[in-house]
Amino acid sequence: MFKKLLALCLAVMMVAGLCVGLAGCKKADDFKIGVILLHDELSTYDNNFINAVKEAQKALKLSDDQVIIRKNIPESNKCYETAKELVAEGCKVIFADSFGHETYMIKAAKEFKDVQFCHATGTKAHTEKLDNYHNAFASIYEGRFLAGIAAGLKLKEMMTADPSVVAHIGYVGAYPYAEVVSGYTSFYLGVKEIVPEVTMDVQFTGSWYDEIEEKNAAKALIAKGCVLISQHADSMGAPSACEEAKVPNVSYNGATLPACENTFIVASRIDWAPYVEYICRQTMDGKPIDTDWTGTLGTGSVKLTDVNTKAAAADTQKIIDEYKAKLDNGTIHVFDTKKFTVEGKELTTYLADVDDMGDYKGETEVIKDGYFHESEYRSAPYFDINIDGITKLN
Amino acid sequence: MSRASTKEPLIHITRRSTIAPWKGIVIRIAAIVVAFLLCSMLAYFLIGAKPADFLINFFQGLFGINRMSANIRLWMLAKDTAILLLIALALTPAFRMKFWNIGAEGQVLISALAAAAVTYYFGDKLAKSEWLLLLLMLAASITAGIIWAVIPAIFKALWNSNETLFTLMMNYVATYFVAFCLVKWTPDSSSVLGILDHGHLPTLGNDYILILIFTLITTVFMFVYLNYSKPGYEISVVGESTRTARYIGINVKKVIIRTMILTGTICGLTGFLLVAALDHSVTATSVGGLGFTAIIVAWLAKFNPFVMILTSLLLAALNQGAGQITSSFSVSTALPDVMIGIILFFVIGCEFFIRYSIHFRKKAHTSVVQEKGDES
Repeated sequence: MFKKLLALCLAVMMVAGLCVGLAGCKKADDFKIGVILLHDELSTYDNNFINAVKEAQKALKLSDDQVIIRKNIPESNKCYETAKELVAEGCKVIFADSFGHETYMIKAAKEFKDVQFCHATGTKAHTEKLDNYHNAFASIYEGRFLAGIAAGLKLKEMMTADPSVVAHIGYVGAYPYAEVVSGYTSFYLGVKEIVPEVTMDVQFTGSWYDEIEEKNAAKALIAKGCVLISQHADSMGAPSACEEAKVPNVSYNGATLPACENTFIVASRIDWAPYVEYICRQTMDGKPIDTDWTGTLGTGSVKLTDVNTKAAAADTQKIIDEYKAKLDNGTIHVFDTKKFTVEGKELTTYLADVDDMGDYKGETEVIKDGYFHESEYRSAPYFDINIDGITKLN
Repeated sequence: MSRASTKEPLIHITRRSTIAPWKGIVIRIAAIVVAFLLCSMLAYFLIGAKPADFLINFFQGLFGINRMSANIRLWMLAKDTAILLLIALALTPAFRMKFWNIGAEGQVLISALAAAAVTYYFGDKLAKSEWLLLLLMLAASITAGIIWAVIPAIFKALWNSNETLFTLMMNYVATYFVAFCLVKWTPDSSSVLGILDHGHLPTLGNDYILILIFTLITTVFMFVYLNYSKPGYEISVVGESTRTARYIGINVKKVIIRTMILTGTICGLTGFLLVAALDHSVTATSVGGLGFTAIIVAWLAKFNPFVMILTSLLLAALNQGAGQITSSFSVSTALPDVMIGIILFFVIGCEFFIRYSIHFRKKAHTSVVQEKGDES
C-alpha cells in the first residue's frame, strides 16, 4: 500500500514538474536585462537609473522577470561577481551605473563574450576595443547651458530692477573632475550669453551626496555676495539654502519645485530611459551597440524641467526654446572658443585626456572648427579647462 | 492580597545546570524557524510578498535559480563565509582576553591599503617577478595590520586607556587615510583606482580556492593556539582576572601586546587576500562593514573557532539571501536589513532558553485564581 501511494505521489509530482517546465518554456521572450547599481533608491543618482529602467521596461513591455536590478553593489570584485550571477540567470545585456564599476565590468565582458556589457559614465570602451563592452553618457553640458540661459535672464532682470546688483553667481560642485568642470563651465557660458560681464565662484564639497555640506557651501557663496546659485551634487542642500535666503536657484536632477517654489527657476537632468531602451532593442534584434553612445537633446536624454514662472524672468521658456533649436541644428556650440578666454587668450588648441590609460596626459586634439568638441571622441565628458571668469574657491 | 503574595507566580524561571546538546540544537533551530516565519509575515504585510515566495526567493539567493547560478552562488557563499571567518578569528584571541577590539574594520582596511600601495608603486618594476611582488604585498599588509592593532594595545597595556573607543577611532583614521591616498593616486581626482594590473594571486582553477585554504589553516591554527598552547592559556587567565594572572606570574602587558600582534597579523592576511585575490584595488569601503559583522560571528560562537564556521556561514547566508529579496521584490535594502536584525535577535535571544528553563504554574492553581478574579 505504502509503495503504491509513494509511486502515485511521485507520478503526480513528475507531471506537475513537467507542466511547470513547459509553462516556463512557453514564455514568449527569453530576453533579460540585468542592472547593477551602486546604491538604492535613497540616492537620487541611482533612483534616476531605477526610474529610467522602469520606463524602458514599460516601453518595451518587458515582464518583471525580464528585468533584474541589483542594488548596493560596491565598486569592487562584487560588481564582477554580480555580473557573473546575472549572466547565469540568463541576462543578455548588463548595465552598471557607477564610474568605479568599470574595470570589473570589463573583466566580466572579457569572460562572457556573448553577453553585452554597458556602462554609464565610463571612459575605457573606445580603448579596450571589446565587441561587447560599451560606454554611455549624455551631452548634459547642453542642458546646463540652457539652464544657464534661464539663469542669465533672471540675473539680467534682477540687474535691471536694481542697478546695484553685481553680476556675480555661485556654483556648488561635488568633485573637481572633468564631469563637474564641464558642467559648471557650460552653465557659466549659458549665463554669459545673456550677461557678458558675469563672474562665478565654485565651491566643491568632496562628496556626491552630503546635504549639510552642500547647504553650507551654498550659504557661504550667498554670504560672499553671489546673487544666484546652481549646483552639481545630488542632495537638496543647495536649493533649500537658496529658498531660505530667497536667492534664485538653478537645480539639477531632482524635482526641486515643491520644496523651493519661490526660488527654483529650472533644472536639467539626464534621462537614461532612451539608452536603456536602445541597448535592449539592439540586443533583442542582435544588432551591435555603439561603443560610445552620447545621448543628446535630440534623443531625449538631456531634459529640462518646466520653467517655474513664479521665479523665472519673463519669456524664459521661449528664449530657451530658441537656443535649444540653435544647438540642435548646430548653428551655435556650447564651448565656442570665441565665447571664452583662458588666461586672457582665445584657446586654439587643447589636448584632452580622452584615452584613459592611467597616464593622466592629454593626447587628443579636441579644438576644431572653432569649438571644443565635448563628448564626441568618447561619451564621458573631458572638458577640464579653467576659463576666465570662474574662480575655484577650494 | 495576602493570598496573592503567597501564590505561585504564573511563570518562573530557573537556571539550567546542564542541557542535553540536542535540546540546545533544537532550540536554536526553532528560533531560526520562528524568525523566518515572522520575517515572511512582515514581508507579506509590508510588501505583499506571499510567504512561500519570500522563502523561495531567500533560498534562491543562496542556491541560485539554475545549475550555473548555483555554482556561482555557492562558491560566493563559501568565499564570503571565509573572509568573515578570517576577521572573526582575528578578533577572537583579544575577545577571550576581554580586550574589546572593535577596530577590525580599520585593521583590515589599512592592510588592504598597504597591499594596494605596494602594487601601485612597485607593480610595474616587479612585473617580471610576480612572486616577489606578492610577498612584498603580504609583508606590507601584515605590518600595517600589526601597527594598527598594536597602537591601542600599547596604550591599553601601559596606561589602561579604553580600547573600545581607541580601536573604533582608528577605523575612521584608516577610512580617511585611504580616501587621502586615493586622491593622491588619481590626478583626475576621481578617487577610482580600478583593477591594478599586477599582484594577482594565482587562481588554481577557482578564484576562491586560495582564500578557503588560508582560512582553513588559520581556523585550525587558532583552535590549537587558544586551547593547547601556553600563550592561549595565558589569554584565558588574563580574560578571567588580570589579578590572578599577575599573581601566577603572567606578564599581562606582554600578553595584551602579543595577542594584538596576532590579531593584526590575521587582519593583515585578510587585507592582503582582499586585494591580491579579489578586488585588485582598494576603496574606502573595501571591507564594507565586515569588521563589525565579525564581532557578532565571534560572539555567537562563544569564541570557538570551529563553531565560528557555522556562525559566519549563517551571517554570510543571511546577507546573500537578503540581497536576493531586494532584487526580486524591488524593495529598498532597508527591509532585508530589518529582517537580518530580526533573525539575529532571535538567534541571540534563544540563548536565554538554553541557559534558563521556564516553569508554568500548575493548571489547577490558575483556575482558582481566575475564579477569584485576582490576577495581580
